[in-house]
Amino acid sequence: MSRSMALRLAVLLTLLALALTACGGEEAPEVVGGFEIPAVEEGKFNIAMVLIGPHDDGGWSQAHFEGLEYVAENVPDVHIAYIENVPEGADSEQIFRSLSRKGFDLIFGTSFGYMDPMEVLAEEFPDVTYIHISGIKSNMTNFGNLFGAMENMKYMAGMLAGARAQMDGNPKLGYMATFPIPEEIRLGNAIALGMRETCPECTLDVRWINTWHDPIIEKEAAASLFDAGAQVVFTGADTPAVADVAQEKGKWGVTYDWYGSCKIDACLTAPYWVWGPVYAEIAEGVIAGTYTPGWDYFDGDTGALGLYGFMEGEELQPGVAELPEDVIQAVRDLVADTLVGDFTRFDVFSGPIYDNQGNLIVPEGKALEQVDLDAFPEFGLGCEYCMKWWAEGITAELPE
Amino acid sequence: MTTKPSLFAQYRGGARFRLRMEPRMKQPGWLGLIVSLGAVTFALVLGGIVLMLVGGDPFRAYAFMAKAAFGDIGVFSDTLVKATPLILVSLAAVVAFRMRLWNIGAEGQFYLGAFGASLVVLTPILPPETSPWLMIPAMMIMGMLAGALWGFIPGYLKAKYNVNEIISTLMMNYIAVAWNNYFIFDVWSEGGFQMSRQFPKTAWLPRLTDYSAQVPMFRGLTIHLGFVIALIAAGVVWWIMYRSRWGYEIRLIGDNPRAARYAGINIVRNTILVMMLSGALAGLGGMLEISGVVHRLQGAISSGYGFTGIIIAWLAKLNPILVVPISILFGGLLLAGREIQPSGIPMLIQGIILVCLIGSDFLLRNRIRLVQIGQEA
Repeated sequence: MSRSMALRLAVLLTLLALALTACGGEEAPEVVGGFEIPAVEEGKFNIAMVLIGPHDDGGWSQAHFEGLEYVAENVPDVHIAYIENVPEGADSEQIFRSLSRKGFDLIFGTSFGYMDPMEVLAEEFPDVTYIHISGIKSNMTNFGNLFGAMENMKYMAGMLAGARAQMDGNPKLGYMATFPIPEEIRLGNAIALGMRETCPECTLDVRWINTWHDPIIEKEAAASLFDAGAQVVFTGADTPAVADVAQEKGKWGVTYDWYGSCKIDACLTAPYWVWGPVYAEIAEGVIAGTYTPGWDYFDGDTGALGLYGFMEGEELQPGVAELPEDVIQAVRDLVADTLVGDFTRFDVFSGPIYDNQGNLIVPEGKALEQVDLDAFPEFGLGCEYCMKWWAEGITAELPE
Repeated sequence: MTTKPSLFAQYRGGARFRLRMEPRMKQPGWLGLIVSLGAVTFALVLGGIVLMLVGGDPFRAYAFMAKAAFGDIGVFSDTLVKATPLILVSLAAVVAFRMRLWNIGAEGQFYLGAFGASLVVLTPILPPETSPWLMIPAMMIMGMLAGALWGFIPGYLKAKYNVNEIISTLMMNYIAVAWNNYFIFDVWSEGGFQMSRQFPKTAWLPRLTDYSAQVPMFRGLTIHLGFVIALIAAGVVWWIMYRSRWGYEIRLIGDNPRAARYAGINIVRNTILVMMLSGALAGLGGMLEISGVVHRLQGAISSGYGFTGIIIAWLAKLNPILVVPISILFGGLLLAGREIQPSGIPMLIQGIILVCLIGSDFLLRNRIRLVQIGQEA
C-alpha cells in the first residue's frame, strides 16, 4: 500500500465518521438494543434515577433500581431512565443538569454526595422535582430528602445475630461500617441494642471501611473481623461480600440493602429496602401536585423495609431456623408490629440507653427524636441527645 | 518427505505481493494529524461494531453522543467545563513528554493542586470575606506551588539519582489521593462527612450562570473563568516551548540529549524545572476544578483526568495549541458517554480509541509498502 493510498483511506474513514454522526436522525431512542440512553418520552411523566454503583450491584443500587422499575409498572403513563456508576464529585452535577435539561419531571439521586448538585439544580429548574436519598438538606419546594427507619430492621437483625453468637458459644459480633456519619452510627447502635436484647454478654467490634461500594475492601474488612474472633459480621456497605467470607470461614454474615443479597447458607438475614411503594407514592403525589418535598422519613408501616426470612413468602435462613423458638417468635412479633406501625424507630431508641463508657445517654421514659437520629451536635440542628455515641457493648471508639 | 507447495505458491501465474515495513526517514508535519484522525475513525468503527454486537444502532448512538456533547449551548458549556481540567493536565503531560520525561503523575499533582488551593480557604490563610481579586490568585498560586512540589520530588530524584520517574510519579499519585483523603476524612471533615465545608463565594471562580440576573440567556451555563485561564495556559506553554530559549533547550534535550549536553545545556536543572512546570500546570487544573465546579475539597474530584491527559497529549502530538480542541472533543466524549447505560460500553469505546491511537504511532514511525516478491531490494 503506497502512502497516497493510506492517505486516501484515512480521508475516507474520516468522511465515514462524519457521515455516521450526521445521518443519525433527530430523536435519540431511549432504548437501543442492549444499551440505553436516557431520554424523555413525550406525553408521559418522566422519571430519572442516578446511581452510585451498577444498577445490578446485588445491594443498595439494585434495590433502588428495582424500586424505579416498580414505579414504571404500577404508576400509569410513567417513563423511567437511569444513569449508573456516577461518582459523587467530578461528574454528578453535569449528569443531573443533563437530565434536567432533557425534561425529566422527577429525578432521584441515591447517594449522599449528590446533595449539593441537586440543591443547585433545584434552584435552576423549578419545574423539576428532585428527591435525594440519605441527605440532610431540602428547600421545601422542589428539592426533598427521603430516608427510612432501617434501624428497626437492624435492631431485629441484631437480636438474631446475638442469639446465634450466644448459641455458638462465641459472644462476639462485628460491624463493618462505611463512613463515620450519623446514619452509620445510628445503624450500628441499633444492632448493638438488639444484640444486647438476646445476648447481654455479647460485644460488637467495628471496622470503618470508608467506601459504600468496593467488593474487595468489603471482603478484606469482613475477613479481618472474623479473624479478630467475630462470630457474626454485619455490613453497612453495598455488596453481599460479608456472607461469602462468612461461608469460607464457617461463620455467619448479615448482608444489607437488597432481598436477593441473602441467598447462601452463611447469611443469617438481611435488613433490606423495598423502595418501590415509597417511590410510587411520591411519583403519584408529584403528578397530582400533592407531594411537597421536605424531610420525608418513612417507617416500617410503609412496607418499604424488610428483614429477610421474616417477610411474606420468605423462609428462615438455616442459621436462624436453628435458633431458640422464643427468639424467632419475638422477632416475628416485632416484624408484625413494625408493619402496622406499632414498633418504630423511636421504640428502638427509647431509654434507658447507656453508651459504651457507662454514661446514661437516654433516661428511662425518654426517647430520641428525629433530629437526634440524624445529627451530630456540631451540625447546629439543636439535637438534645444527638447520634455521636456508641451504645453499650460496642468495643470500639468513635473516630475523632 | 514431500514438501507441500504453499497456498500462495499455487498462483504461479500472477505476481505475488507481500507487505513490508520500513522505518520512515522523516515524518511530514501533516501526517501526524491524518494518522491520528484515521485512528480515531477506525476506533469509532470498531466501537460501532461493539455497539452492534450488544444489539444497538451505532449510527444513532454516535448521533446521540454528538448531540449530547455539542447539541446546544447548554451542553456545550458543560463540555467546556469538562475540557478545562483536561486542557491543564494535558499541558502538564506535553511539557514533560516533550523532554522525554514520562510524568505519569498529573493525577496526583492535580489532587495536590486542589489541596494547595484549599489550604488558602480552609486553614484559613485568607479570611472568607477577602476580595475574590485576592482570593482567587492566592488559590491559583498555592495550587500551582503544591503541584510543582509534587513534580519537584520525582524530578529531583530523576535528575540527581536517576530514579525512574514513571514509577515515582505513578506511586506519588496514590500518596496524593491518600493525603487528600486524610484531610477530608479528618482535619477538614464536615461533621463526619468526607468533604470539607463549602468554600465561601469569594473563593468561587465566576461562572456565566452567576450573571443570569443581568443576562437571562446565561442561565444554567456553568462554564467558568477557569476555561479562559486554561486557554491562556495553553498559549503560555506554546510560547515557552516555541518562542523561548528555555523551550528550545527542552526540545533539544527531548530530541537529542547527547547533543544538548555537548551544547552545554544543564540537563539536571531542566529535568527538575520541567517536572515542576508540569506539576504546576496539573496543580492549576486541580485548583480550577474545585474553585470553578466542586466548591469544596472532597474525594473523587478527578475521574482520572491525569490519565486522560496523557492520551490527549499523545493525540495532540505534544502540540500545546492542539491540546485545546482535542480536550474539548474528549470532554464531550466523556460527558456524552456517561449517559449510555450500562456504563461499561462508553468506557469500552474510550479504551478502543486509546489502543488505536497508540497503535497508530507505529504507522507514524514506519511505512507499510506492498512489494512484489522477487522485486524487493
